[in-house]
Amino acid sequence: MAIAQRTIVLGVAGLLLALVPPIAALTNQPFYVDLFRRMMIFAIAAVSLDLILGYGGMVSFGHAAYLGIGAYAVGIPAFHGIDNGFLQWSLAIVASALTALVMGAISLRTSGVYFIMITLAFAQMLYYLGISLETYGGDNGMRLAARSKFGGPIDLDRPMVFYYVVLAILVLFLVLGGRLVESRFGMVIRAAKSNEPRARAIGFSPFRYKLTAFVVAGSAGGLAGALLANQTEYLTPEFMHWTRSGEIMFMVILGGMGTLVGPVIGAVVLLLLEDVLSALTAHWQIILGPLLVLVVLFAKRGLFGLLLGTASRDG
Amino acid sequence: MLTVDSIETAYGVSQVLFGVSLAVGAGQVVTLLGRNGMGKTTTVRSIMGIARPRAGTIRFDGRAIHGLPPYRVAQAGLGLVPEGRQVFPNLTVRENLVATAANRAGSADPWRVEPVFELFPQLAARARSLGGALSGGEQQMLAIGRALMTNPRLLILDEATEGLAPLVRAEIWRCVERLKAGGQSLLLIDKDVGTLTRIADAHYILEKGQIVWSGTSADLRARADIQHRYLGV
Repeated sequence: MAIAQRTIVLGVAGLLLALVPPIAALTNQPFYVDLFRRMMIFAIAAVSLDLILGYGGMVSFGHAAYLGIGAYAVGIPAFHGIDNGFLQWSLAIVASALTALVMGAISLRTSGVYFIMITLAFAQMLYYLGISLETYGGDNGMRLAARSKFGGPIDLDRPMVFYYVVLAILVLFLVLGGRLVESRFGMVIRAAKSNEPRARAIGFSPFRYKLTAFVVAGSAGGLAGALLANQTEYLTPEFMHWTRSGEIMFMVILGGMGTLVGPVIGAVVLLLLEDVLSALTAHWQIILGPLLVLVVLFAKRGLFGLLLGTASRDG
Repeated sequence: MLTVDSIETAYGVSQVLFGVSLAVGAGQVVTLLGRNGMGKTTTVRSIMGIARPRAGTIRFDGRAIHGLPPYRVAQAGLGLVPEGRQVFPNLTVRENLVATAANRAGSADPWRVEPVFELFPQLAARARSLGGALSGGEQQMLAIGRALMTNPRLLILDEATEGLAPLVRAEIWRCVERLKAGGQSLLLIDKDVGTLTRIADAHYILEKGQIVWSGTSADLRARADIQHRYLGV
């Protein structure tokens, strides 16, 4: 897709998202601020997964681990009375990056099914670690003592402010992500995805590049986790459960792998469907399941590919 | 520059190479000839470290490169344009060239995108197309351009003209001649003996995993019997 075209799509999408709070205020439906904020948080997680999944061909089935790490990096300090947001969110990013470094250094030596299983196993290990943290609620989780504090006008307890903080992070991440995939680094990642032996035969050992991408994706996932803890004001090991990893992966596939806008659309649509369907019936997953199967069968390029009417760039 | 000394390579239990030796000097153009299945591509794969010879030595500028992983061999200054081209289909033409570009030997006048486009004007017109959307000939040009962008001291072309239309083949050969004129060392694998005896300095003929004949272009032109027996022409 041409750069200009993408800027337009990004601009329009950003504008629409920016309009959500005023419209919600006008229609007196504050619930939508909450819902769209949640969507954007998952969009950040989905885009970060797509950096390695869609562009790098690394099918990581443990991405929810970072959501959990990020959430606990906010929750645990808050529990001990440390509510400085800069500190908490930095901790979320650094802890996720380190976890991704270890997880990637081991799992990237494998490929295919083994890679999927190792990333899944790592995430489940962290999930059970979360359950074993009795001080912090064990498998029941715990309430977030207080939302992250940043001082000044940035007060996350005000729904609108929190909303625009999340929107700003999402837009910034999309812009940086766009730069990254267009960069030489991104080219090597994409080249390795399509033909790793060839990339090696031409003088590149893709391992370090892939590991770097893995760490970048993990850090962003951790930031999404920090946001999620503030969103729900509650944290539980469930954030790291493998079904959550599957959900994030589905957002990517639903929206369109190998694109940056796709996962955002995927996150919005999936959460919207969940919301609408669960209002209709308690057994909403019976409807959601077949819908998802249809999308995979008939829109292999995802919803974004369907919208564009052309093949997505790297799918 | 490149010295291959009696290498033996096997895939599992089936041995393909039985003591292949050859040498390419600086600035030389050398060919590897032979019918299908005689071990030409296996020889190239052994040189590049993709297949590991179980005996023999491979030296590049006196340095042993056998046993090194492929990316190390490439970094030492060998560039391969593989059989079947293998361009990156999900990268644009320009990205294919830039993604793996390098100047490890510190060439004073390294290859850049523009000179490659000068060499292959057809690629310039398609700079923003995805590699997978190119025609066979264009993919071959891109594969050669991509290898040149790593500034290899020795460039190996494995069946670079196979399956291409005569006009496109002529275009590839024209480019090879320009590279030779520029002092590029080349190891060529191809079936077009007529053209090769015009371009190349020396030839090696492989038969069942062994070098059965080697000599200069003049020698080969004079030996119709050799051409007939080993190359079927």
